[in-house]
Amino acid sequence: MSADPSASAPLRRTPLYDLHVSSGAKIVPFAGYDMPVQYPLGVLKEHLWTREKAGLFDVSHMGICWLHGPDHATTARALETLLPADILNLQPGQQRYSQLLATDGGILDDLMVTRPEGSERDGTLLLVVNAGCKDADYAHIAKHLPANVRLEVDDAHALIALQGPRAVTVLSKLVPGVEGMSFMSGRFATLDGSPVHLTRSGYTGEDGYEIAVPNTAVAAAWKLLTSSPDVEPIGLGARDSLRLEAGLCLYGHDIDTTTSPIEARLQWSIQKRRRDEGGFPGADRIRAELANGPSQRRVGIKPAGRAPAREGTEIQDMSGRAIGTITSGGFGPSVNGPVAMGYVESAHAELGTPIQLIVRGKPLPAAIANLPFTPHRYVR
Amino acid sequence: MAIEKFSKDHEWIRVEGDIATIGITVHAQDQLGDVVFVEVPEVGRKVAADEAVAVVESVKAASDVYSPVTGEVIETNGGLSATPGLVNEDAEGKAWFFKVRLSNPAELDALMDRAGYDAFVKDS
Repeated sequence: MSADPSASAPLRRTPLYDLHVSSGAKIVPFAGYDMPVQYPLGVLKEHLWTREKAGLFDVSHMGICWLHGPDHATTARALETLLPADILNLQPGQQRYSQLLATDGGILDDLMVTRPEGSERDGTLLLVVNAGCKDADYAHIAKHLPANVRLEVDDAHALIALQGPRAVTVLSKLVPGVEGMSFMSGRFATLDGSPVHLTRSGYTGEDGYEIAVPNTAVAAAWKLLTSSPDVEPIGLGARDSLRLEAGLCLYGHDIDTTTSPIEARLQWSIQKRRRDEGGFPGADRIRAELANGPSQRRVGIKPAGRAPAREGTEIQDMSGRAIGTITSGGFGPSVNGPVAMGYVESAHAELGTPIQLIVRGKPLPAAIANLPFTPHRYVR
Repeated sequence: MAIEKFSKDHEWIRVEGDIATIGITVHAQDQLGDVVFVEVPEVGRKVAADEAVAVVESVKAASDVYSPVTGEVIETNGGLSATPGLVNEDAEGKAWFFKVRLSNPAELDALMDRAGYDAFVKDS
């Protein structure tokens, strides 16, 4: 997890802060916010609960913003100058994962882009970006937009995520019809009398929803959702172990300005039209890496023993030569053992390749492993 | 009767004769959260006071466990590697980490008693 870079600056709080404290959450600084890292259940049980039932996450520290332009093509083409996904062909109600890129193809942030439903919203896109990057992202995007496309930062909504196999059962009782949504789609709805926007997506590898709720209504929505016996509040600790098992990148750790989307194995998020046409930052490098392969790749890593290998751990080949570094590592509660990911030289990236991890000065045997560690259970 | 002392690094130490049993406190395990991995030192290892000799890892982080005293490791709790969760269940009992034969019992005087440790935790 990102340490807070400005420990002296006052930490911001989400509209759910008081509820977290009253439910016994342990609060830590994260990306400039006071956030719940765990509740009384504890990280391990919170993780397993989410995989078995449904976990509710406060992700209001993340940034929500809207782009408004005269029509979809104009807004989509403006955003496409900053990222490599096909936004032009995004259908109303469809969501896509992408990355804001630097001119050298490094990743400035990763984000979700949704084209909202409804013809009256033609020309509008909804973006959700990382908490630690949001101010820089907004400045970057605004600076590069044409005069007829406007960025609107949305400070009026909190964001909560209901994740796990029971999420659909719980939410469809409150918002009929959400069971019919497919993965990576979004819609407007009413939850507990409040207008919300929800998407069928998340950061756990499980089925679930992310719900943007007005700040003034989110405490009531949180209480309503957690009143279900299937729902427990889940902190950032389990959020991290869930996404790691699911093989999902954490910005600032698994991806950053020094890694390209191809090195990070995110090429699935670059649709064919964009590969063919280019026209995004770093296109030359990214197309060359697609054609020839990158020099390093993000891989899954399974330590052979019980000892977790943490972020920053050196990866060596079996002759003792350094070939890479772990970028996320820890204990996977569902795997019931250590799991990690990191970057290795491409020659060592093949599944099953034996490697060693230097933990507390000693080489621990490990192997390149398939990602995700736990199968995704998205509803397509 | 056993002497019970505590370190500022949140280890407990119980001394009978010249043998000290060492583990981490209930407060320490509470701060760590769910313990998923424990590494104890090898029997026979000479350890110095305040030397990192064992490791305890929770889901989130790895922490060193220090020996509060100088001496030789004479026994370790092998069961902890198979059931690290015991540290959460019984930190100051069954989940002891290692035993040391003291070479400098005077070091115990620098450690806190239970009341002193409780006050230390409250203030920190």
